[in-house]
This record gives sequence, C-alpha cells and structure tokens, in this order.
Amino acid sequence: MAYTEEELKKELETKEYEYGFYTDIDSETFPVGLNEEVVRRISQKKKEPEWMTQWRLKAYQAWKKMDEPEWANVHYSKPDYQAISYYSAPKKKDQYKSLDEVDPELRKTFDKLGISIDEQKKLAGVAVDIVMDSVSVATTFKDTLAEKGIIFCSISEAIQEHPDLVKKYIGTVIPIKDNYFASLNSAVFSDGSFCYIPKGVRCPMELSTYFRINQAGTGQFERTLVIADESSYVSYLEGCTAPSRDENQLHAAVVELIALDNAEIKYSTVQNWFPGDKNGKGGVFNFVTKRGICHKNSKISWTQVETGSAVTWKYPSCILKGDNSIGEFYSIALTNNYQQADTGTKMVHLGKNTKSTIISKGISAGKSQNSYRGLVQVHPKATNARNFSQCDSLLMGNRCGAHTFPYIEAKNKTAQIEHEATTSKIGEDQIFYCNQRGIDPEKAIALVVNGFSKEVLNKLPMEFAVEAQKLLEISLEGSVG
Amino acid sequence: MLTIENLHAKVEGKHILKGIDLDVKAGEVHAIMGPNGSGKSTLSSVIAGHQDYEISQGTMLLEGEDLSEFAPEERAHKGIFLSFQYPVEIPGVSVTNFIKAAINASRKAKGFDDMAANEMLKKIREKSSLLEIDSRFLSRSLNEGFSGGEKKRNEIFQMAMLEPKLSILDETDSGLDIDALKIVANGVNKLRSNDNAIIVITHYQRLLEYIIPDFVHVLFDGKIVKSGTKDLAVELEEKGYDWIKEMA
Repeated sequence: MAYTEEELKKELETKEYEYGFYTDIDSETFPVGLNEEVVRRISQKKKEPEWMTQWRLKAYQAWKKMDEPEWANVHYSKPDYQAISYYSAPKKKDQYKSLDEVDPELRKTFDKLGISIDEQKKLAGVAVDIVMDSVSVATTFKDTLAEKGIIFCSISEAIQEHPDLVKKYIGTVIPIKDNYFASLNSAVFSDGSFCYIPKGVRCPMELSTYFRINQAGTGQFERTLVIADESSYVSYLEGCTAPSRDENQLHAAVVELIALDNAEIKYSTVQNWFPGDKNGKGGVFNFVTKRGICHKNSKISWTQVETGSAVTWKYPSCILKGDNSIGEFYSIALTNNYQQADTGTKMVHLGKNTKSTIISKGISAGKSQNSYRGLVQVHPKATNARNFSQCDSLLMGNRCGAHTFPYIEAKNKTAQIEHEATTSKIGEDQIFYCNQRGIDPEKAIALVVNGFSKEVLNKLPMEFAVEAQKLLEISLEGSVG
Repeated sequence: MLTIENLHAKVEGKHILKGIDLDVKAGEVHAIMGPNGSGKSTLSSVIAGHQDYEISQGTMLLEGEDLSEFAPEERAHKGIFLSFQYPVEIPGVSVTNFIKAAINASRKAKGFDDMAANEMLKKIREKSSLLEIDSRFLSRSLNEGFSGGEKKRNEIFQMAMLEPKLSILDETDSGLDIDALKIVANGVNKLRSNDNAIIVITHYQRLLEYIIPDFVHVLFDGKIVKSGTKDLAVELEEKGYDWIKEMA
C-alpha cells in the first residue's frame, strides 16, 4: 500500500473526488407527511428486502404511539412531523454557480479553517467542473480495507451486500421503541454508514466519513452501525469541522456500536451544524441517539466536540454488559448566542469489574444554555463497578447558563462512584493578564478555552484535535466584550 | 523612555492618581514606595492600560508615543511589561505554551513569523537556567497550584523571555521568602541593561537591598511627595511612612 492516511488526506485536499458528488438517479421528492405508505415507499426506493421493510414499519407503529420528549432543558417549537418530506433526492442541485455567490461570512470561516477552494465549493454546494483523474483515491483507500476484510460502506449498500450482519445487529443496541427520535429514525432513515471489523483485525487507519464515498450530503435521518468483532480495534471519525448549512432543520440520527469480546471502538465526533444566526434565528435541531454495547473485556470511547446546532439533544452511552468492560465519554460542548445544548452520557454497568469515565466540558457564551445530563447506573450483579465523572463548566459573560444534572443509581454495595463538578468564569483578570503579555482578547479567550478543554482535545486523533481547537476559537468569535 | 506628566486617573469614579510626574530613562531603575492605598498599583495598571482605570488628565509617553491611544496588548508589543502582584491562573495552559503564545503574538504584531521551535526551546532553556527554574515547572499549568515564590519567579521568567523595554515589578517581593527573593532579584539584575528600564513598586525596602535603584520615589495619596536616591528607601525603612504623611 503506497498511501499513508496523511498522504491520502493531502491528496483529497488537492483533488476533487468524483464520488463526492454522486447524483442519485432518483430526483423525486415525496410529498410531505408520514404514514405507513411513505415508510413502505422509502424501503422500496432503496430496494430493501422485506425484513427491513417490516422492521421500519414496526418502528413507525411504535413512533405513532409516542410523544416527543420534553424532559430536556431546551426550549423550541416542536417540528410539524407531517410537514416534512421523508424522502428526496439526497443531493440537492448546486445552489450557486460560483463561490462569489456564497455568503461571505461562510467563506471567511472556510478560509480560517484552512479549507481548500475546491473543498469550499463542495461544502457550500457550488457546481464543480473538475473531474479527478482515473485513479480514485477513495478506491485505493477501500482496497486497503478490503485486504483486511474490513467492510466500510453506506448502510444502504450494507443492507444489500451484507444483509446477515445488518439483520443480526441493527436495533440491538437501540431498539426501535427506544425513544421518539430513534423510532422515527428507524422508520425513515435515508442513509448512513456501516462498518465491520473482522476478528482480530486492527483497522490500520482512522475511518472517517470524510473518506467514504456516497457521503456528499449527510442525511437528515442518518443511521450508523459499527461492529467490532472479537479482539478487533477501530477508530472512527464522524463529522467535519466545516460549518454545514443544511436546509433540513430536523436531524435525528442513530448510531449503534457493538464491541464484541476484547474489542475496542473509539468514536470521535465533531459536530458543527448551522447554529442559527446571532439573533437565534434558524439553525438545526440535532436529536441524536448514540449508544454502544461492550461485551467481555471490551472498550468503547466516545469523544465529541459539539459546537453547532441551535438545539442539541444527545447522550452517547455505553452498556457495559461484559465483565471487565470499559466505557468512556469525553465531551466538549460549546454554545454561543442563543444555542441550547442538553448533552451527556449514560453508563450502564451490568458486568463485573466494569469501569467508566466521564469527562464533560461545557462552555457557554452569549445567551446560550448548556446542560450536562448524565446517568451512572450500577446493576445488582455489577460487582466492583467503578465510575469517575468530572463535569466542568466555563461561562463567558453573565447572560448564559450552565447546568449539571448528574443521576447516580447504585444497586451494588461494592460500587465506587466519584463525581466532581466545577464552574468557572473566564475572568476579566485572565483576559487582562494575557493582554498584558501581548495576546489580544480573542486569542486570550481561545487560550483559556483550549486550556479548559485540553483533557478532551487530547483524546482526539491529532489531526482532528488541531481542527477542533480552531473550531472552538472560531465559534467564540465576537463573544468578547 | 517613559515620561509621565501630571497624570490623574480614577477607578469607578474615585480619583486615585492626582498628578504624577515621572521621567524614566533607559538604563535606569526607579523604585516607587508608599503606604497601602497610596496608588502604587493603580499607577502600574494605568501604564499597562487596564480598562477599569480612566485617565482624566495628563499624559503618558513611551519613547514619545502617547500610550493612552493603545490597547493593553499593543502596549505590550511596544515593550511594556507588568509583573503582576497577583498573577492569574490559566488551567490547562502550560507555562511553555503561554509564553510561546505571548512571544508569537508580539512577533505577529511586528510582522514576523512565529519563532522557530528550536529557537524557542533554546531561549527557554537559557532563561530558565538564569532563574534557576526546573524544566518540570515549565510543563505545569500557568500559576495553577504555584506557591507565591513560583508565581513571582514565573513572572520574571516571562519578563526574561519577552525582553521588554520597560518592566514594572508590582510588589514582586510580596509572598517571597528570603531565598526566593534573592533568586528573583538576581534574575532581574541579570536582565538589567543600558537599553531597558525597570520600575520597582514595593512597600518595603527589603527588595531594594538586592535590586539597587537609581531613584526612589515616595507615593502618597496619588502624588509623588518625595524623590531621592536609594538612601531614601533606607530612611523610610527606619522612620516608617508617618513623617511622609505629615509632610503631604
């Protein structure tokens, strides 16, 4: 294999890859509304087997009987679920003829993030006329994985090509009746990613949705399924630091992770959906269900950097079913202007000697509200379960809010649970101190915020961490003074 | 280098400085002494450009440029350094990282590229040995959990790294035991040159036994009421500040 991951990335920066702009043969959009017929037709469009159609229908029936949850510390006007079209051609028409037509604010952000012109075009939805040479980088990448028996493809493809694996695992971690948004997703999910790492295989590179073909437009109802077979390892990166201005207001994704005996999954996310403007207009509602199950001696680490969306409702969780399994959650959630985030994790200890670590860093600026919500649950059979939680909040100014809702349920006397929480404010004295050393106020804030977030940033793959750091800085711009 | 004329300043509407005149030339060390509440720290904050302080009258020139027109970071780029009486903590940001950010910010303002890593490293080694700073210290979070002595030593380390034209040492001796005081003073002395100037603000004469000033000024009720040589500091130590108060 000639390419290292680094080289691949460079390649991608300088070349367009043809698969990034796949046009769906079907440009049809369904009329708005959701009913059994719509669910059937989605399944039909995707040429799914009957079991999948039935699975979706069951989810739809469950969803119909459910109410939208209201317990989170967020306020928004509920979407009208009958006013949404649940199927449309995945790739919208190019909105602009050239980059000059793109919002200059958006372009400035792209430049700051160091995104190449071609990449900018792709992200902003500008027509691109360069076609890449015949050797596809993405194909080369896929070949490397195939050699090791790793499957990395879209979930639609997986349903066609690897039905046994999908059938065996989909909905096993997040059942179709799990919650309102998960049920909705199960009924109507349009696409997403599938990943399988065979027994004993260590995935040689970070798997990133960035590389995966047919992933130009992230769907409104994305579905991800990652299976790490016994003694395998995979690090999976989701998202992109570039701002995604999607027209879809509602996003309800589902991510299921399965770590079989002795396996390890690292799942890192950078979420930067459109947060709405400075006055709180617009922005994405991000209602995500993410959960992983750990079998014996296995480990799942969730790392997330959340800077986008108007409303975030997200709790990546671990079910520590197997003895000696480990669950980790490292999170940075940054809210500015009128953003609202209610995010955290659930660590469910079922097996013996299970361990979990939670490090949550909430940064609130502007008039935003930032909540940590976490549950640590130790079941009666989980002897010697251990948890350490640390929830730190950093406030900027005095119009924002930080909230912590830690729930602990211990039903085994041997459980050791520690919880630490701090709240601090970026002080004028800190800013002045930096200023006096020649560091301007915006850089000073970035410095303080990066210091605050360091423990979590360190958990991200190097490349991603640098981008995430820049992203934090940009997200806080204009919040000084 | 620094020329202050008839400087009046207030904070939260309260007049603190009531007509300060001070002329500091390159190569000089000036000590400003005075009882608590006389305006010593206000003077340093005003020179550094703290936004809470408002200049109501007078001028402050650094090499002929009116300082009041510049933001605190711009004053820093021009070569003003303040060693804080109470240095702040910045958790998660190491001493090394912080000084790197500071040096590169000033370089950027002057149109230079970031300092090369090996050059930075060399400089850090050189300056930390000057101040007898352990390399482990450099990886710790800025001022977090530092002892009083460590905090002040770190301030002087930053001074050494940034090579300012004018340094103001605000109560650098407070919280230092005699050994730490000697190290800090020794470091400052090594940094003295014909091109830079230092203002030492202190309540006690003790520090001035190690950093010998060219001039001593006594500040009382927002004004410099008496100026002299280092002998004045000794006199103050013997007599206390009461006779000054009577004079004012």
